[in-house]
Amino acid sequence: MKNTHKLVLAAALALSSVPAMARDTVSIVGSSTVYPFATVVAERFGRNTSFPTPKIESTGSGGGLKLFCQGVGTQHPDITNASRRMKQSEFELCKSNGVKDITEVQIGYDGLVVANSVKGPDLDISLRDLYLAMAKDVPNPNGTEELVANPYKTWKDVNPALPNVKIEVVGPPPTSGTRDSFNELGVEGGCKTFPWLKAMKDQDKNKYKSVCRSIREDGHYIEAGENDNLIIQKLESSPNILGVFGFSFLDQNRSIVKAVKIKGVSPNMETVGSGEYPMARSMYFYVKKAHVGVIPGIQEYVKEFTNDRAWGDEGYLADKGLIPSPKNERMKWADNAKSLSSMTGKEFE
Amino acid sequence: MSVTTEQVRKTLARRYRAEKRFKAYGICAISIGLLALLLLFTDIIGKGYRAFYEYSVALQITFDPESLEIDDPRDLEQLQYGNYEAVVREALQARFPGVEGREGRRALAALVSTAAGYRLREMLENSPELLGQTRTLWLQLNDDADMFLKSSEAKRKTARLSDQQQTWMLELEQSDEVRAGFNHSLFTRGDSREPEQAGILGAILGSFFTMLVTLALSFPIGVAAAVYLEEFAPKNRFTDFIEVNINNLAAVPSIIFGLLGLAVFIGLFGMPRSVPLVGGLVLTLMTLPTIIISSRAAIKAVPPSIRQAAMGLGASKMQVVLQFVLPLALPGMLTGGIIGMAQALGETAPLLMIGMVAFIVELPAGAMDAATVLPVQVFLWASSPEQSFVTMTSAAIMVLMTFLITMNTLAVVMRKRLERRW
Repeated sequence: MKNTHKLVLAAALALSSVPAMARDTVSIVGSSTVYPFATVVAERFGRNTSFPTPKIESTGSGGGLKLFCQGVGTQHPDITNASRRMKQSEFELCKSNGVKDITEVQIGYDGLVVANSVKGPDLDISLRDLYLAMAKDVPNPNGTEELVANPYKTWKDVNPALPNVKIEVVGPPPTSGTRDSFNELGVEGGCKTFPWLKAMKDQDKNKYKSVCRSIREDGHYIEAGENDNLIIQKLESSPNILGVFGFSFLDQNRSIVKAVKIKGVSPNMETVGSGEYPMARSMYFYVKKAHVGVIPGIQEYVKEFTNDRAWGDEGYLADKGLIPSPKNERMKWADNAKSLSSMTGKEFE
Repeated sequence: MSVTTEQVRKTLARRYRAEKRFKAYGICAISIGLLALLLLFTDIIGKGYRAFYEYSVALQITFDPESLEIDDPRDLEQLQYGNYEAVVREALQARFPGVEGREGRRALAALVSTAAGYRLREMLENSPELLGQTRTLWLQLNDDADMFLKSSEAKRKTARLSDQQQTWMLELEQSDEVRAGFNHSLFTRGDSREPEQAGILGAILGSFFTMLVTLALSFPIGVAAAVYLEEFAPKNRFTDFIEVNINNLAAVPSIIFGLLGLAVFIGLFGMPRSVPLVGGLVLTLMTLPTIIISSRAAIKAVPPSIRQAAMGLGASKMQVVLQFVLPLALPGMLTGGIIGMAQALGETAPLLMIGMVAFIVELPAGAMDAATVLPVQVFLWASSPEQSFVTMTSAAIMVLMTFLITMNTLAVVMRKRLERRW
């Protein structure tokens, strides 16, 4: 029994050692895609300044914005990362909770790559090939304007120039942001190349979305869970499988996997940054202005992030796989970050 | 011979066979279990053992005031903004004088970890007289260079180093200018995005504070509830209802406790996110049913004769419970408690909701400091793109397993030593 007393005492001591509330650490939430970059900045910031290292939670873009828009006060996060732009509805939510002044900063791009093992063949496909190979319903191969369940079994069926191997693509599950971008940038990008499908967008937006953004479920697309390292391992063991993941994973595993070219363009810093490579999304973070000056270090962290030493062409984030925005864009966003100009709501038009 | 004996004789061989088969099934089941365990361990240890040592490189470092941009090492501001990386770069260039061009120099500088700069700053801070002097120092290598040295000949070709960098590394290796040593940062530091600087101490401390809160709350509450329900509570519909609910609670998916914690502790009581206190509270809710159920079983196992004997000698109900039943049931309760704790130690899902899945560099000093826990650290490292984090993940799993095995062994030993048979 005596030991129990000691334990309770120890616990009480541990609890009482630090007074509650008042926060001196910057609290950041948001996208798991931005997480690997934001954490690098946070770590450097913590080591090189007298401020404590910001705490970064990986909650996903949507989850992060929800927390961020919960209100003003130390119990709410100061910054949220997002691998897509804030939506109008989220902006309204923020406003209705008193989070009126938000500064938006675009930090660069993340490329989405389709890749296979270095032991596999060199491939060059178009977005249309990707759409035809991956979508649930595709235009009838005989050329009529009707949709049929995806009949393609091998890449050769899709495009005679491609090898005669079974279509097998490993990629993220529907809950992942990477999957959303794959659907929007890859599959929809190919879908749009059919004029009559593109025309559908204006007539029946919901039908267009369901046609152009749905992935087949007959075993040719294999969901691999949220962990991109698993996809890489899978590709290593079977050279005929293709995988879908973020650019930084390609960058870190170039000895194991290589990128499939999209219409002759392979993803790298230049082609993604310039927009020549079609599957890229921009990443953002949002700063709660009401917290600047209350929580120490917010402005300094933002300054570190928007410094060319970090997000520039030769910056340390590029070493981690971030694709920098073009110089003039960077300067614009850096100015925006420095002056902490608020979003007006016009961004959504 | 009677008819019965005759019948027995006929079926005897068959019954023996059936028994043998039955035994074989059992052995089969155990072997499958052991095989799975063996596979798991070989895989994890095979991948993870490399994280426990690291390579460093010997470099002639000159603390040159000009390159460092420091003229007074006692001035903290100057120390903070000193250009330590330049000094390391210069030392590398002095070692490989032939390297020309920006790209080449960049590739050369990339071999040494960024931790080297921080180490130089620390050294200068502790002994300012170093300024202007030259020392041979063993500096940490960057994770890619480290992985290259750790790989076998065949795997080296696919390492994440350019051909030029590989030649440099081989040269350093042949002249014994690199050496392997114990990876101290693994056990002395918090998380980092550079694999060679990342450590699990932050997560271990986070787990410790979380478990402390959980233990301090769930054990006393669980035992008190069990004692009341077993010894004092009247047997009626209401207590039946409670019993059913406790059993139900034990089967509720753990993420639900996380949601509850988010709504009540963080939402209603306004507690901060990501702190071990809230984590401990949530895990308390989760382990309570386990502890109550096992404690009740332990109390039930105390023979009624002991209670009756004590009562017969004039002990009050409370005296019976405190002096006879509890001490005898304690080993069983502790076992249940330890198993509950081990369960809580391996839990990630509920902590996701309350913000403990986070990048936290600083070591937590108490239950109110932001922290993460061991299984979460495993999860975070497993989803990092750097190849070295794969070995780090396995190393973290090994540490977690060590804790779990220790706790479970403790439970078994305690049961063996304190158990009494009647």
